[in-house]
Amino acid sequence: MKKTGLKTNDLILQTITKIVLFIVIIFSFHLFFAGHNAPGGGFIGGLITSGAIVLLLIAFDVKTVKSILPINYVKVAAFGLLIAILSGIGSFLFGVPFLSHTHGHVHIPLLGDTHLATAVIFDLGVYFVVVGVTMTIIQTIGETE
Amino acid sequence: MIETISKFVIGYLILQGAFFSLISAIGVLRLPDVYTRTHAASKSATLGVLSILLGVFLYFWVLEDHMNGRVLLGILFIFLTSPVAGHLISRAAYHTKVKLWENSKIDELKEKKKAKDKVHS
Repeated sequence: MKKTGLKTNDLILQTITKIVLFIVIIFSFHLFFAGHNAPGGGFIGGLITSGAIVLLLIAFDVKTVKSILPINYVKVAAFGLLIAILSGIGSFLFGVPFLSHTHGHVHIPLLGDTHLATAVIFDLGVYFVVVGVTMTIIQTIGETE
Repeated sequence: MIETISKFVIGYLILQGAFFSLISAIGVLRLPDVYTRTHAASKSATLGVLSILLGVFLYFWVLEDHMNGRVLLGILFIFLTSPVAGHLISRAAYHTKVKLWENSKIDELKEKKKAKDKVHS
């Protein structure tokens, strides 16, 4: 593309990105937590979160996004794998096979009686791996000239 | 009673949405250039999809007694993003010098751009 020296005016796209970003990220969290009883889960939640970051990358440039989210996405993927493995190893503490999961009702202040499952921890690992891998791929492709 | 009325309202909303989607498809086929086509596609299709989603929301809310917030969020999301998509497409088309329809009379952006280039050069 020919360089004109003029700054492109992306006011409409940037303004709508600032609003829509919150809807997309909240929806990805909703899908992540709804995964136990409804369609959703760690994979699709992670994909939508990385979709929101890609939207930021489109509306603003790479430098701005790096200053907003100073994250090393390779480490995010590694962190997710670590969480997933630890949630599997945790079952050894109770003398049951690898990756055995349990759930129960816990009384939490403010939220009341909540149904918690340890499978969520594994899902959190999947979530971080998906975000890390997707963003690593996209940033690696985007940075090569 | 209220059930019958709401059935009619919901049916009307969904038919209206389908009708507007059809109109926008015809508009995309019939209109002469990119700008008029994005005009048809972004406006009429948005209203069509919004009507259908509103009909679906009302159906599950009134008749099935199930309030679905995701549909409302979808309505808000499409209402926000679809016009922006139309704007970006027609702007990209203009900046890559796609021709206007031959019967177009005025191109004010062209004159503005010329004046701006003179100032900067």
